Amino acid sequence: MSATFTKAMARNIFYGGTVFFILLFLALTFHTVRQIPQRIPSETPSPAVARGKALWETRNCIGCHTLLGEGAYFAPELGNVYKRRGAEFIKIWIKVQPTKVPGRRQMPQFHFTDEQLDDLVEFLKWTSEINTENWPPNIQG
Amino acid sequence: MMHLQYKSQAVAKPYFIAAIALFVGQILFGLILGLQYVIGDFLFPAIPFNVARMVHTNLLIVWLLFGFMGAAYYLVPEETETELHSPLLAQVLFWVFLIAGALTVVGYLAVPYATLAEMTGNDLLETMGREFLEQPLPTKVGIVVVALAFLYNIGMTILKGRKTAISMILLIGLVGLAVLFLFAFYNPSNLVKDKYFWWWVVHLWVEGVWELIMAAILGFVLLRVTGVDREVIEKWLYVIVTLALVTGIIGTGHHYYWIGTPAYWQWWGGIFSALEPLPFFAMTVFCFNMVNRRRRQHPNKAATLWALGTGVMAFLGAGVWGFLHTLAPINYYTHGSQITAAHGHLAFFGAYVMVVLTIISYAMPMLRGREVNPERAQVLEMWSFWLMTVSMVFITLFLTAAGILQVWLQRIIDNPQAFMAVQDQLALFYWMRWMAGVVFSIGLAVYLYSFFAKDKPETVPTGEIQPAAT
Repeated sequence: MSATFTKAMARNIFYGGTVFFILLFLALTFHTVRQIPQRIPSETPSPAVARGKALWETRNCIGCHTLLGEGAYFAPELGNVYKRRGAEFIKIWIKVQPTKVPGRRQMPQFHFTDEQLDDLVEFLKWTSEINTENWPPNIQG
Repeated sequence: MMHLQYKSQAVAKPYFIAAIALFVGQILFGLILGLQYVIGDFLFPAIPFNVARMVHTNLLIVWLLFGFMGAAYYLVPEETETELHSPLLAQVLFWVFLIAGALTVVGYLAVPYATLAEMTGNDLLETMGREFLEQPLPTKVGIVVVALAFLYNIGMTILKGRKTAISMILLIGLVGLAVLFLFAFYNPSNLVKDKYFWWWVVHLWVEGVWELIMAAILGFVLLRVTGVDREVIEKWLYVIVTLALVTGIIGTGHHYYWIGTPAYWQWWGGIFSALEPLPFFAMTVFCFNMVNRRRRQHPNKAATLWALGTGVMAFLGAGVWGFLHTLAPINYYTHGSQITAAHGHLAFFGAYVMVVLTIISYAMPMLRGREVNPERAQVLEMWSFWLMTVSMVFITLFLTAAGILQVWLQRIIDNPQAFMAVQDQLALFYWMRWMAGVVFSIGLAVYLYSFFAKDKPETVPTGEIQPAAT
């Protein structure tokens, strides 16, 4: 690099540029957080949705599945599973695991109560109604 | 320890050893995961896929952190020209972090995750069960405590000594790492907000502040290995880290396309993340430039190879493979597919695994009381470099092939097929990926063996550092 471009200049551009883009990012974040309520089905998720989310987390579902495309890629996308399969199928599916079909990928049995299954479905329903800019491209996820 | 300029640098040694040991664990679980992709019920229900994956990714993060901390303890005394503020604190933190990490992994493996959550007080503050942030609350608190005490130690050392650009960039990176981790404690029931700020840990680590740490470590090793003027190296570093943060901060937006956030992120994220390869390209040019302009022939050839390899592979993995699917119209189809997995593997290996192996390669001989490793050990280490690097490229290529096929069958053709129907058709690629993983493991075994390899008696010992020709 040329001698006219000194280390001090490079350092100042680093500090100035970093501060500028942090502030820009914070401004965009501020705007986004204010927009989110208009893009989700209910401004404050209901207690059932919140309980369902806690079940989703404490069973580490994200360790195999994706949710809105984020997570592990071992098992199907569940962001739109409510629309793909419906509430009853989801509950029965979870109840009959593991399938124990030799050589097939297996899902653990979580021994959920009926109330817990309802909460989980509420969470998946809520998630399926988020405005995701039409992602995924089709119902298969 | 006659080869250490400052005796407190010695605290780095256990950090590097722990890093390598956990690296071995990470790869073992990687092999399990690779098999589960083709033999679905392998080790079920003893080690379900989600548990193995948690161990695989968490061990990666923890061993890289061990590597970063070891690097800091090694290079900061030399940069600041003073002994470490408290070597004892560094030793205590080592054991705290190692025991916390080990207990966490044992917890993952020994009890169901829901039980672990109950046992560790997840009800008090629900932070578990989010990708990469699966650690129980006490572990997360432990990470914060260790990070703060570590920063105090490094900060006090820098404060009393010489302040170089290398140590300042390292410090900013480490402070950023600690501060951003605090968002791991924010988990609102609103999934969109949860995801939005989850990326403040994940993205702003690996595509933000970790790049500063990486640049500082690379800069330090190149400075020592090539003997190029510090002014030149530090000017490069500032350019690299400027590019990293200017592109990477707003580049976070490439994760905000489809998670419920406004559509304008497709533009902000697309444009800025399309520029994210620039800092990595600058690192590649930097590495080769410095080595070409070297003013001495350093006898540690393996370390130089790792440094050059980091420059190239980080650009390929993070830069090129990231760019492949970062634009919104493409990402619409590839999001959350094996393409993502391909990029994740090469980016983490090329950037962060390799930079930690670079500093270990450079520092470990001196930490073990020798100027440089014997010739045969270096040859073996370089063999392990090629085995691991080439096999990781193949892992990436096979996953990319699987990903293209997956996206085509599941998301593009007229009658899109169901997830598992598609997975069955990818088995060939998953098998090839697993074979490449086996070769990687062989490379890792060679790497481990290189630490114990001695020259045969008739071999001439490697020479001293030669003065520059100029």
